[in-house]
Amino acid sequence: MAAVSQAPAPAAGQAGPRHGRRIFLIWIVLALVADLLIWFVLGPHLPPGTMTSSAGEQQDAIRLMAVMSAPVLLLVFVYFGYALVVWRQRPGDEADGPPIDGHGQIQAIWIIGTTVIVLALAVFGTISLWTSHGSGAGQGPAPIYNPAGTVSDRSWTPGSTLQVQVIAQQWRFTYRYPQFGGFETTQLMLPQNQWVQFNVTSIDVIHGFWAYQLGVKADANPGVNNIAYTKPEHVGSFTVRCAELCGLWHGAMFNYGKVVQVAQFESWAAGTKTSLASITKLLPAYASTYDPTVIPAFRSGPVMKKLGLTSAGGGYYPPEDPVQP
Amino acid sequence: MSLPVRVGTLLVAFLAVVGGAIFVVIHFFLAGPAVIDYTAGAASGPGRQVNVVMQEDAQNTVTNKPDWVSYFIQDPKTKQWVHTTLFRVPAGARVNVTILGYDGCTPLRNTVWGKVTGTIGNTELVDGKRVSVLDAWQTCSVGHTFSIPGIGLNAPMGSPTTVAENNNLCSQSPCTSGPHATMQFSFIAPTTPGSYFWQCRVPCGGGFLTGFGGPMQTIGYMTGQMEVAS
Repeated sequence: MAAVSQAPAPAAGQAGPRHGRRIFLIWIVLALVADLLIWFVLGPHLPPGTMTSSAGEQQDAIRLMAVMSAPVLLLVFVYFGYALVVWRQRPGDEADGPPIDGHGQIQAIWIIGTTVIVLALAVFGTISLWTSHGSGAGQGPAPIYNPAGTVSDRSWTPGSTLQVQVIAQQWRFTYRYPQFGGFETTQLMLPQNQWVQFNVTSIDVIHGFWAYQLGVKADANPGVNNIAYTKPEHVGSFTVRCAELCGLWHGAMFNYGKVVQVAQFESWAAGTKTSLASITKLLPAYASTYDPTVIPAFRSGPVMKKLGLTSAGGGYYPPEDPVQP
Repeated sequence: MSLPVRVGTLLVAFLAVVGGAIFVVIHFFLAGPAVIDYTAGAASGPGRQVNVVMQEDAQNTVTNKPDWVSYFIQDPKTKQWVHTTLFRVPAGARVNVTILGYDGCTPLRNTVWGKVTGTIGNTELVDGKRVSVLDAWQTCSVGHTFSIPGIGLNAPMGSPTTVAENNNLCSQSPCTSGPHATMQFSFIAPTTPGSYFWQCRVPCGGGFLTGFGGPMQTIGYMTGQMEVAS
């Protein structure tokens, strides 16, 4: 039978080391240092930057989350390290530790603390979504967090919301500007300090419109108008990538956009409208979504009709075709 | 059975299995379409140019996917048509492209791709006529497109324009006769060496989801790469 030795209990009236206070002091110093470093040193470099209102909002959210989670992480590590150093098993010490029957105060602090943190983040997130008009996320066809005021799809003046339709297709994004005659281009230009409403859709499979530096990410689904808002605050270039695996050249489905000053944007829009006039008149009327399986009868010429080509749906082969999936 | 016979049999069986595995890997996984090289013999310097000749067919009868539409490229040395969509051009060279459109007309999914962009002058010749836009919905004028997104190139491919021609298309690939349209355009190859993918924008993968499956997703049919060599 193994010998059982008893750890020497503190003598009556002799206070042991105050582990809780030690751990707290170590933790509070480290947490303070970590939070200051995160907020002031790391924070300004966190993604996705501050190019737009939504990007800035996202950076603030990430910064806040990091500041709140660092102390929690450090508490775990400090406690773990302290236990390893102070409560490690000494040579010859084979005694059991003291029985723990629960500690109501600690449990209460834990439950209340975590509840407060989670609820505070929920409130912060909701307010943040509200004030930043969705924080750049796709909100579907009827967005809740929309900027005040009506949005015209016929004309744009500085101060009003610019509409940009994002049309995803394998493997390219094109952008339609309904307030400038509905021209469609592969260039994405945005004016500085103006609200932008992205109307994101697809005409084939599911894509994802992800303008990284703008802090905008919205699914591009066929037959759906997914609306996202942002307000570019700084001029410069940004990258647009497809964020949904969409086929062979998904990895090459990206392009670059620009935020420019208002006067420069107006000049570009007017020039592009003129240069694309010959193709704009062949485009379907501007709509929130497009159904490529239906070509309007008046647009389908006699030869096309005779050949039975009244659709751009791609299903030209008969169902009994051996490659029909 | 004696020991030498058993060892020999085992050795032969082992080699057969290894050989079979190597054959499968090489034949099915490593083999790909040929790269047609237009750099050989091309003059150097800023004035250099190459002539790329291709054709697109309504089918291809040279593979086990006969109902898949497909491009072919002409080898500049042998003048033979090769079932591939990979070609190599010199960096910075003027690339003169001739494409024979043997396939019939089909509507573009997005009519914006009816505009010619990225070519010299943003135009192309269709059967000798210079155009900057083709209306794929109103007239029977577009069969496919040849688009290199990385350099902003988009050239809609013309097609036979009548019902009779479209009902009497060439049925043996590569086509050497039959109704077709001839497209000619030029562009300047990028000065940065690398691979630039190209694709057709007409959903011509019939029988597949949204028409963009099958040949549209397979190199050697309706998509490929332009390699720019230094």
